[in-house]
Amino acid sequence: MGRTLAEKIWDAHVVRSAEGEPDLLYIDLHLVHEVTSPQAFDGLRAAGRKVRRPDLTLATEDHNTPTDNLVTIADPVSRTQLETLRRNAVEFGVPLHSLGAAEQGIVHVIGPQLGATQPGMTIVCGDSHTSTHGAFGSIAFGIGTSEVEHVLATQTLPQTKPRTMAVTVTGALRPGVTAKDLILALITQVGTGGGQGHIVEYRGEAIRDLSMEGRMTICNMSIEWGARAGMVAPDETTFAYLKGRPNAPAGADWDAAVEYWRGLATDEDAVFDTEVTIDAGAVEPFVTWGTNPGQGAPLSGTVPVPESFADEAARTAAERALSYMDLTAGTKLRDVEVDVVFLGSCTNGRLEDLRAAAEVISGRRVAEGVRMLVVPGSAKVRAAAEAEGLHEVFTAAGAEWRFAGCSMCLGMNPDVLTPGQRSASTSNRNFEGRQGRGGRTHLVSPAVAAATAVAGHLAAPADL
Amino acid sequence: MKKFTVHTGTGVPLRRSNVDTDQIIPAVYLKRVTRTGFADGLFSAWRNDPEFVLNNPAFAGGTVLVAGTDFGTGSSREHAVWALQDHGFAAVIAPRFGDIFRGNSLKGGLLPVQLPIDAVETLWKLIEHDPTTQITVDLVEREVRADGRSWSFELDDFTRWRLLEGLDDIGLTLRHEADIAAYESSRPSFKPSIATT
Repeated sequence: MGRTLAEKIWDAHVVRSAEGEPDLLYIDLHLVHEVTSPQAFDGLRAAGRKVRRPDLTLATEDHNTPTDNLVTIADPVSRTQLETLRRNAVEFGVPLHSLGAAEQGIVHVIGPQLGATQPGMTIVCGDSHTSTHGAFGSIAFGIGTSEVEHVLATQTLPQTKPRTMAVTVTGALRPGVTAKDLILALITQVGTGGGQGHIVEYRGEAIRDLSMEGRMTICNMSIEWGARAGMVAPDETTFAYLKGRPNAPAGADWDAAVEYWRGLATDEDAVFDTEVTIDAGAVEPFVTWGTNPGQGAPLSGTVPVPESFADEAARTAAERALSYMDLTAGTKLRDVEVDVVFLGSCTNGRLEDLRAAAEVISGRRVAEGVRMLVVPGSAKVRAAAEAEGLHEVFTAAGAEWRFAGCSMCLGMNPDVLTPGQRSASTSNRNFEGRQGRGGRTHLVSPAVAAATAVAGHLAAPADL
Repeated sequence: MKKFTVHTGTGVPLRRSNVDTDQIIPAVYLKRVTRTGFADGLFSAWRNDPEFVLNNPAFAGGTVLVAGTDFGTGSSREHAVWALQDHGFAAVIAPRFGDIFRGNSLKGGLLPVQLPIDAVETLWKLIEHDPTTQITVDLVEREVRADGRSWSFELDDFTRWRLLEGLDDIGLTLRHEADIAAYESSRPSFKPSIATT
């Protein structure tokens, strides 16, 4: 029987396999940031261990960094955490892109940008959105701090093989519908636990048609429906994206790599443990109304009536979410007014995302009373956007043009919602308080974010 | 890691589903560089509500958290496990867990026990009826017991052995250092490496 993409990569990374034990998997790339690493480095020090492969380890600063300047970290606790990473990087010889460096940025934006994320790899990071890197046809997943320490010390991880799942996206996305709308619609269809215990391969015509940026958006949010990892088979789009990047193979290595990558696709006779199908043609611009990413609806719809959910837990959760979100069942989603629009994050902070939003906002103004933050995913994305003049489009519209970082995705740096504020956000989580205590988040695509900023209420570009 | 064999204690009924790790401990508490001292961040937003179950003195001292489905979804922060342990929890029972949270718990010796929703519902009722109900989480027998009833749960033999012995994963892996070195010697030359200084 044939093997799936995930199985081929898994098999190629088994260092040791024994009956009744998890496989010991080799890790090709370990990404590190300041939040989930300090206790891991402490553990190494306490045990007198070294980082086994600093050359397969890449660190950046992103979660705590300010986005209004590149010098002053006002919060002393954040500063200490960043300084701790800097000291650990020097002590253990780990390459680090610090605040202000040309390659600094969100960990899941810089890996692909450097060409360090490639097909057929195993990639881990102490961050659940590591699934982003699966867009290149790699097995990429988030780990906790104990596992970070384990990978630093051994460059391996004991892992039980997850089940495999295929998500087949049939047909084509309609004009104006994006990868973000597709993944939000999928999560509402399958629920936040739908992918639990699985590595998911996204397949089908609509996935093949996506750019690498779009595929990264899809894979990024795999964790939001509980999947261990998400992936897309590598193809010409993948190779074209990678060629010539700093860490991509060159010369004879490039040819050998491409030949290997071409053989990774799921065999025709391979069988997935679980299969899900979604019709791309039926997807509309999609937004969330609740406090988990599975509580979403088409923008053309209304805030649901909790009684409409058959499942008791879902009904209770919806009641609680409407109360937290201060929404009334039956309200048209287009009538929901926002205070803040956040464009950025590892989900939608890449150049293509900024271009999509700029196209909508060009020549228009951010609505009176609305604050819009535009936060590039990396310093390189920021520079590339400026080279195209995108920053001028945003600032002319009245938006704030910021430096790179996680920013308002997670309420850990100065960019936060204040209690009661409502945002339209291109990030990945609408959990209670995620963007700041008491803040209310609606997840949206970059195009919907831009249209919402102009309209002052949830809106699609076609509404303007 | 501390060994986990059999734990008996009172329960805390958390009647909520989709308890993500941002609720267990918000990001603002993640700025610390230590591995302990996270108890003050545990469910910190919800603890502002006087009605929240952890504010109910009847459940003070509970060491077994009984929660709704999809507990520990979202962020990979192991701080969620540390905060639950710092508060005094030894085990969490729920119908389903987020994968990363479950893995982190098993690394740190907080036992995640998956039981069907009807078992969880029964435990909720038992605890709410009598908060002094003793709940036993028995890893040796892979069984939860309370009020004369019992429910078996699954955990693979290897992980169970590691927890029963309190073994450190890194130490276990380093016994296979020769296998790691052999694997490394055969990696393709096109695999990326990062320039170190």
